[in-house]
Amino acid sequence: MTGTGIGAPVRRKEDQRFITGQGRYTDDLARPGQAHAVFVRSPHAHARIKAIDTAEAAAMPGVVAILTGDDLAADQIGGLICGWMIHNKDGSPMRAGPHPALAQGKVRYVGDHVAVVVAETLAQARDAAEAVSVDYEPLPAIVETGKAKGAGVVVHDEAPDNVVYEWHLGDKDATEAAFARASHVTRLDLTNNRLVPNPIETRAAIGEYDAGTGGYTLYTTSQNPHVARLVLSAFIGIAPEHQLRVIAPDVGGGFGSKIFIYAEETVCVWAAKKVGRPVKWTSDRTEAFLSDAHGRDHVTHAEMAVDENGKIIGLRVHTTANLGAYLSTFSSSVPTYLYAPLLSGQYDIPAIYAEVDGVYTNTTPVDAYRGAGRPEATFVVERLVEVTARQLGMDPAKFRKKNYIKRFPHQTPVIMNYDVGDYAASLEKAMEIADYKGFGKRKRESAKRGKLRGIGFSSYIEACGIAPSQAVGSLGAGVGLWESAEVRVNPTGSIEVLTGSHSHGQGHETTFAQLVSDRLGVPIDTVNIVHGDTDKVQFGMGTYGSRSGAVGMSAITKAIDKVIAKAKKVAAYALEASEGDIEFEDGRFKVAGTDKSLAFGEVALQAYIAHKFSGQDLEPGLKEGAFYDPTNFTFPAGVHICEVEIDPDTGVTTIARFTAVDDFGVVINPMIVEGQVHGGIAQGVGQALMEAAIYNESGQLVTASYQDYQMPRAGDLPSFQVGMTVTPCPSNPLGIKGCGEAGAIAAPPAVINAVTDAIGHEDIAMPATPQAVWRAVHKTRVPMAAE
Amino acid sequence: MAIVSMTVNGKPVTADIDPRTLLVEFLREHLRLTGTHVGCDTSQCGACVVHMNGAAVKACTTLAMQADGTTVTTIEGLASGADLHPMQAAFREHHGLQCGYCTPGMIMTAVDMVNRLGGDLSEETIRTELEGNICRCTGYHNIVRAVETGAKAMVGAPVRQAAE
Repeated sequence: MTGTGIGAPVRRKEDQRFITGQGRYTDDLARPGQAHAVFVRSPHAHARIKAIDTAEAAAMPGVVAILTGDDLAADQIGGLICGWMIHNKDGSPMRAGPHPALAQGKVRYVGDHVAVVVAETLAQARDAAEAVSVDYEPLPAIVETGKAKGAGVVVHDEAPDNVVYEWHLGDKDATEAAFARASHVTRLDLTNNRLVPNPIETRAAIGEYDAGTGGYTLYTTSQNPHVARLVLSAFIGIAPEHQLRVIAPDVGGGFGSKIFIYAEETVCVWAAKKVGRPVKWTSDRTEAFLSDAHGRDHVTHAEMAVDENGKIIGLRVHTTANLGAYLSTFSSSVPTYLYAPLLSGQYDIPAIYAEVDGVYTNTTPVDAYRGAGRPEATFVVERLVEVTARQLGMDPAKFRKKNYIKRFPHQTPVIMNYDVGDYAASLEKAMEIADYKGFGKRKRESAKRGKLRGIGFSSYIEACGIAPSQAVGSLGAGVGLWESAEVRVNPTGSIEVLTGSHSHGQGHETTFAQLVSDRLGVPIDTVNIVHGDTDKVQFGMGTYGSRSGAVGMSAITKAIDKVIAKAKKVAAYALEASEGDIEFEDGRFKVAGTDKSLAFGEVALQAYIAHKFSGQDLEPGLKEGAFYDPTNFTFPAGVHICEVEIDPDTGVTTIARFTAVDDFGVVINPMIVEGQVHGGIAQGVGQALMEAAIYNESGQLVTASYQDYQMPRAGDLPSFQVGMTVTPCPSNPLGIKGCGEAGAIAAPPAVINAVTDAIGHEDIAMPATPQAVWRAVHKTRVPMAAE
Repeated sequence: MAIVSMTVNGKPVTADIDPRTLLVEFLREHLRLTGTHVGCDTSQCGACVVHMNGAAVKACTTLAMQADGTTVTTIEGLASGADLHPMQAAFREHHGLQCGYCTPGMIMTAVDMVNRLGGDLSEETIRTELEGNICRCTGYHNIVRAVETGAKAMVGAPVRQAAE
């Protein structure tokens, strides 16, 4: 099966429909008789709702219904939930305020849902939504992460000081002792800027109710359809789980923002039954800015202790994490268990102590965004390492190498047990590809042209494939994190694979088929991957945290192993041999030591016609399922090197070179993996140089369109130099680690380390916009100007 | 209501529409040509790019009435018959797409670029010319490769566009 098996850059099966305009995204669907929903959203960051007058709007052309929070409450529809319980330092549980799908009594951020208008056409729904009159009593708002704690403005009565939790991890005493004996301490105040995920397909939902069967259907832009069904049924109470079908068809990117269960899809399902027809909602871009869960938004004070030999001996971090106005589905876990356990980075640090305060503010809820916690941790560690090396007068690469973990498995002081890695190998390869040796010459050439050139490293590690269910359960997760798969072999030998993973750009239809083709020795075109429909796939946990390969494909592997075991029994009957003598090789079942054999497809037919064995001795058919629960996280790691050139007259930073060397373990399709790295780097460069969700003091999001929020475009980026090293992951059957987040995690510190190297400053806040860079440059260059 | 007539992907169409109907709404909702996507409301992202009288336009900020009497080509009409247009083939070959949502607009922009500038496009030219299209998945690296290859293929072997 060379050419399409594991390791081959197979061109994607799914591309045919996407490049010809035949994709089927949620908004492309039109259900018979559908009505259109438009949400009335709060223009205030914080206000009491005194009255909602819908009379004028209800009388407008085409209006079918206008529903408010009172209607939700009357139908006893529950609020949205947060699925991960975090405990305070003292062991008490976090404090969560209620999160109704339509506001009840109060609005808490600009864009909060006040009412929904359902009308015959979208234009009519928009017109009527404008005519809904809401009497607000505006309240003072708090938006700033660092000032939220005890601000006086109370977002939720349940948390009067706006503190959701005060959490910690690590050994405080040991860390303080390390700092006490340090010969050098580096201190940095860091902001991890708030981002908007911005998949180009905005969120959309169509709710449908069949009065004949009592069944509900939700078509939606989800990374996680089964969990959406579970939450909508078990917690929000819209429909019994077995009568709710959730379909996530083609999905146009997610980056985390489509994991969560939002108000809009909840309301569409509920409203569909109320109005007796399908209800469709599609977010416009500004709505997406206001209502898709944002990412990052940390304020951190971080310290690194080093001994006289240049060895890191301690790390101390205090982070305030903005969780927004409500706790989104997994928000509580992001700045805690997805963040602090990665603070050891690739380094052997004996003592680490992290404190995290999660706070409410009058802003859009914040949740997982590409990398979720790991980019924030990596930014802290890699900025500290770079600055420490500079302060010690050491080459940053040498300082890293000196402090890398070199023996595995390695238990960090913050939960994680790294299974395998070779960090120096990635560093050396990256330095070679980036031509680190030639940097000095390039810098001098830039200087001749009046430009500032800088180089920056980032040695990142992340925890992917989340994770053993028992482990995450002990940390407060409300769900297990296994994956399921079913391999259905048809009588003709073609195969359908049903997976609980969800593809929204990752190319599962190709890579998963490559695995099946490789293992069963069948042509890749005879394998069909089915995902994204709860009526087809029994259960699944969706795609995020690079879990589809490490966990999803491992489940498929387990099911394939069962198929092969069963097929061997069938083959034994068909070939009149003993089962122990059957070998499976290159897609054929052979009798050892003979030339008797049957192709995989022939055995499949024998399994279904069941002529060669009694159905009592062996069950007919060839279909197997498996649930796979990982034994550990996986630990992709690598080194990214960014080289920038800055124009001191304009402050414009140009990425001159960007090199990424990653260790993702075994790679199924290198073409797709490289594509994931490219995309991640672009998002990381976006965070470093241009992207920021900015609120003004009254809580208005002033960057709520592509005219105000700068997205990376083709002209902002170079082509990337990508390399790989491979240490196979020992904790799953395929040796896969995961690749989806690497670029978004590694790039921001690499870019900022390069910018600070170029301008000679120790720190510059992200995004390092031309204005910020110009200011920083001219602060340092003033004395030079006077020369 | 207002009557509009145009030729879309080689077929004449006439419809009675609300005058505020955007071209993208007309294509998607009235003609059910859903390959043209909406990614923003401000003409910034380019997911809605189609060709009107042979030139690229953003269908999310063009009124359907502005297209009255014109010839419109969408991603569905780019290739003739079952064959792929060379630019489509190049996007597939170079992995120039991931989620596929921005892809129709990217391809229509790329074809327009070649129609205007010819097939020998430098990386810098391609990156500059893609200013009006946002992709959130690919980091553009592979899109640039795809456009380079597709441009050469278009010029080397001229391909008839269905409606042009």
